[in-house]
Amino acid sequence: MTQLALIIDLNVCVGCHACVTNCKQWNTSGAAGPLSDLNAYGADPNGTFFNRVQTFEVGEYPGTQTVHFPKSCLHCEDPPCVPVCPTGASYKRVEDGVVLVDYDKCIGCKYCSWACPYGVREFDEQRKVMTKCTLCVDRIYNPALPERERKPSCVLACPANARLFGDIHDPESEVSRAIREQGGYQLMPELGTNPSNHYLPRRKSELRIRADQLERVDNPRLIDTLPDTTRYAPMNADYDI
Amino acid sequence: MRPAFSVILLTTLIGAGQGLFLTLFAVDAIGSLRGIPTAELRSFAVVGSVLSLCLCALGLVASFFHLGHPERAWRAAAGWRTSWLSREVVALPAFMASVAGFVMARHADSPAALWIGLGAASLAVVLFVCTGMVYVSIRIIREWASSLTVVNYALLGMASGATLAAAIAAFLDSDVKEGLVLGAMALIAAGLVTRGASLIRNARLPVKSTLQTAIGVKHPKIVQRSQGAMGGSFNTREFFHGQGADALRNALLGFLALGCVVPLVLLAFGFASAVTCSVAFSTQFVGLVAERWLFFAEARHPQNLYYQSIA
Repeated sequence: MTQLALIIDLNVCVGCHACVTNCKQWNTSGAAGPLSDLNAYGADPNGTFFNRVQTFEVGEYPGTQTVHFPKSCLHCEDPPCVPVCPTGASYKRVEDGVVLVDYDKCIGCKYCSWACPYGVREFDEQRKVMTKCTLCVDRIYNPALPERERKPSCVLACPANARLFGDIHDPESEVSRAIREQGGYQLMPELGTNPSNHYLPRRKSELRIRADQLERVDNPRLIDTLPDTTRYAPMNADYDI
Repeated sequence: MRPAFSVILLTTLIGAGQGLFLTLFAVDAIGSLRGIPTAELRSFAVVGSVLSLCLCALGLVASFFHLGHPERAWRAAAGWRTSWLSREVVALPAFMASVAGFVMARHADSPAALWIGLGAASLAVVLFVCTGMVYVSIRIIREWASSLTVVNYALLGMASGATLAAAIAAFLDSDVKEGLVLGAMALIAAGLVTRGASLIRNARLPVKSTLQTAIGVKHPKIVQRSQGAMGGSFNTREFFHGQGADALRNALLGFLALGCVVPLVLLAFGFASAVTCSVAFSTQFVGLVAERWLFFAEARHPQNLYYQSIA
């Protein structure tokens, strides 16, 4: 069974908020209704967003790292928000595992947002219904869009390619490989929600190259002259000098 | 969690309504089994049931203020297979309908009243379980996810209903008023013990989710620098009570003093008079509103880990 998901590479994310902006732009313009902004130009602006980028500082100065952390619905395989919905407005699609809200059935009781540990469902104060990331269901199957644009808006917007989109149940997909090979992990695994979205960890970037690899093996210098023993200290035993 | 006043009123009002009905039906059933002429207890049963119905109706009205789309509230019956909230939505009108049936049958002195009342009493118990389970089933709010939540809802609702039943009996100068005062005192004491147990449990709850598991970085020192919005969001409004520690302490004191001690003293030394019993019920109700406020405020939602500082 297909399970669509986003993979977010925290090693690559630069915290530019392009995914937030493009998400808002696409999803506020769709047939499902706007993502309302309240007091947008006032002192205390706020509004509905499906995706937010948060920033955390890890470690103690001077040894700190800034971690930019995009957060949207994780489309859990065992979503706690779905069974609690009294009307059935909140549901998980069987065919692709996307968790959605039927805005015409939602009574706005907010109970689903209480059940979600990640705080990714936002109640729209103007439309009075619960809203959330749809993985851009109105993009990813949209025949009116060129094939390469049939991806969630956030993925298309990311200038650093920190966001991948695909089926995590297909072991050969790009996202499954990324999870497998780059240590993809889930948020709050202790709560048993089994999120579909995965995060790729921060990695220490270093050149895995030894000093001897910088020298050509057939370097004529090695033939014509004596090797520079100071540069090949571990290999000294190979040379009878 | 941010205490939702519509929900606080719903649960305190219907709790008193259910407790009142269960108490008066117990009195009525025991009376009829003992062969007391039904006419003697009739006015108590009818007046009490009508009042119970009014409390539930008020609670139902209050609950509509919690909804973004109250005109779609009928849809909330659809999810009864999985949602305790939906089950509560089904159980409340069912209880009210059966209480209305009981009022009519009892008023007409029909022998069917006992059976209709038995059905209504069972629905009152079911409704207590549903209301409690609405909170227990949110497993991630660990302060709520305990069977004590259901027990507290039932006992505190029963206690306020029994106090109200004593007040009605006192107004009607019924013979059962002394017995009801004793029953109400026992229920208040029992509620105090189990709610105290849940307060102790919640104070000792070990931490399960941390900022480390929330963002998946193992380092022991992580500080939030921004939460993605400068002016707050639904996440900053809905999941935190926004008050200082003294508000929680005041709510606790309000529950202990107004919800337990004052009504106990009034019932114990008030000679089961109509005035003391009704003052006891009013004070207790205010105390239980404080208890329900505390119930929300003490619940720590894991999503708050992501919303610790604005910038």
